[in-house]
Amino acid sequence: MASGEPRRSTPTLAGRRRFLVGMARTAGGVALLGLGVGLYSRQAASLPALAIRPPGALPEPDFLGACIRCGLCVRDCPYDTLKLGELGEDVATGTPYFIARDIPCEMCDDIPCVKACPTGALDPALTDIDEARMGLAVLVDQETCIAFQGLRCEVCFNVCPVRGKAITLEMRHNDRSGKHARFIPQVHSDACTGCGKCERACILEEAAIKVMPVRLAKGELGHHYRLGWEEKRKAGESLVTPDAPHRYNLPEGQRYDHGGEGLIFEAPASETPFGDSALETLNQAGGKP
Amino acid sequence: MAITAYPGADAIASKGWVGAHKWLLLRRLSQLSVLLLFLAGPWFGLWIVKGNLSASLTLDVLPLTDPYVLLQTLFAGHLPGMTAITGVLIVLAFYLLVGGRVYCAWVCPVNPVTDLAHWLRERLGIKGGTQLSRQTRYWILGTTLLLATLTGTVAWETVNPVSMLHRGLIFGMGFAWAIILAVFLLDLFVSRRAWCGHLCPMGAFYSLLGHVTPLRVSASAREQCNDCMDCYAVCPEPQVIPPALKGADKGIGPLIRSANCTNCGRCIDVCSEQVFEFTLRFKDKSGGLEKRPQSHKMEVMS
Repeated sequence: MASGEPRRSTPTLAGRRRFLVGMARTAGGVALLGLGVGLYSRQAASLPALAIRPPGALPEPDFLGACIRCGLCVRDCPYDTLKLGELGEDVATGTPYFIARDIPCEMCDDIPCVKACPTGALDPALTDIDEARMGLAVLVDQETCIAFQGLRCEVCFNVCPVRGKAITLEMRHNDRSGKHARFIPQVHSDACTGCGKCERACILEEAAIKVMPVRLAKGELGHHYRLGWEEKRKAGESLVTPDAPHRYNLPEGQRYDHGGEGLIFEAPASETPFGDSALETLNQAGGKP
Repeated sequence: MAITAYPGADAIASKGWVGAHKWLLLRRLSQLSVLLLFLAGPWFGLWIVKGNLSASLTLDVLPLTDPYVLLQTLFAGHLPGMTAITGVLIVLAFYLLVGGRVYCAWVCPVNPVTDLAHWLRERLGIKGGTQLSRQTRYWILGTTLLLATLTGTVAWETVNPVSMLHRGLIFGMGFAWAIILAVFLLDLFVSRRAWCGHLCPMGAFYSLLGHVTPLRVSASAREQCNDCMDCYAVCPEPQVIPPALKGADKGIGPLIRSANCTNCGRCIDVCSEQVFEFTLRFKDKSGGLEKRPQSHKMEVMS
């Protein structure tokens, strides 16, 4: 029969004791459950590096407090990119994610997943998909990327939806052949959305370019660091020591332009540096006419 | 269960099998319909309802959001978007009208599981086990909200059997079946009606919406009660019955006022004397609103 039915009786010492013990038992049991669930949820909060959140997802700690695991973003994804984490997987149960190597994000212009989210766990402030930062592509393996072998692959460069901005090809000298160029893909974090199309398209058995969470992919310069040339550009002059023009001590009529044309002859050379009179030439002192 | 072989036998004899299972059948139909509405999309491409019980979108216009889940995000420190708030208001309005724990009896996918466990427990004659307080669920409710604040995440939703089963059926189960099996075994062996009647914080939350509900079960013909005890045997919250059924002497009306009555209507089914009926709160003539049962407050809050 029901156990919760209150029993009205005169409070005795034994009755009060029984009440307190029962209360303590309930509280203790619930506290035990709470500890278990709390610890498990901490454990479940760690997101594996390959699992990428949909565009506009709040920073991970906020996202786990905002996502109610309804799957509406999954339903409105036209490319079946998104999945919900299932119990037993590394992703927190019921939260949306995708694996770039399986199905990358196609970066829809109207961002239906964000529109579908009822709680704002996918931030509705994201209206331009190019502003999405789901992760950051990183060319993780230079040993296997065939561009580094001097072969012209460029698949990642060509499939990139932010073409020419998120990935550029940097021409380098090919030391092996000595006469060819290597076209090295370089990712730029100011334009890469982390959609994962490069990772999906990488021709290797295991992709050499991978999308990672930004926290893993990016370094961070010490905040006290200043790059001299940047500061100089901003200030219009060097902040450390005033620039002194370099003196090359060149013969008259010549100057040197570093980074420009090199040695410059200013006055047209006369037929002979010598005057008409030998005596006059000898009397010229210190290069002064 | 003293008089007849099993609860409801008299009712079957007098009303026929269907008559003695009317509300049970309707309830199963309701549970199945809700589930099928959600499954029609992924199974048949018929997108009437998208999402799951935590939040859904019906026919691309009607948003519904579970208030308990959204409350957890609030406690986790997230201010939800307008769609979610609209959805919550609609859901709250609905359950305030029909009774909060109507969710438990008519919608929740775990209810058939625990009902099956209970049926099997009776069939196998399993008795005893751990005694749980029916207040435990309120403790757990408080704990889940506290956990949301402490962890900054909707921690309970990582294990909540209710949302997990529903989401599992629609989006993929993973190992969620293990949690459902745990609930089943708990109800079967460890304690009678343990999950839905004593522990589930979701049911506890929805019960809070049931205090002013117009739609109620009433023991309108309580003078015809023949003390067969069948209603107690089938009721998932049997503590809600006595004030209404046996309160005539104390001047308590026949309306079942406890917010933990799930409006499942099973008592109406199994009563061969037609004691119970669904009614509206303000139609409670004999009792009157001013004569609230004294034990009512105790039962809910203590």
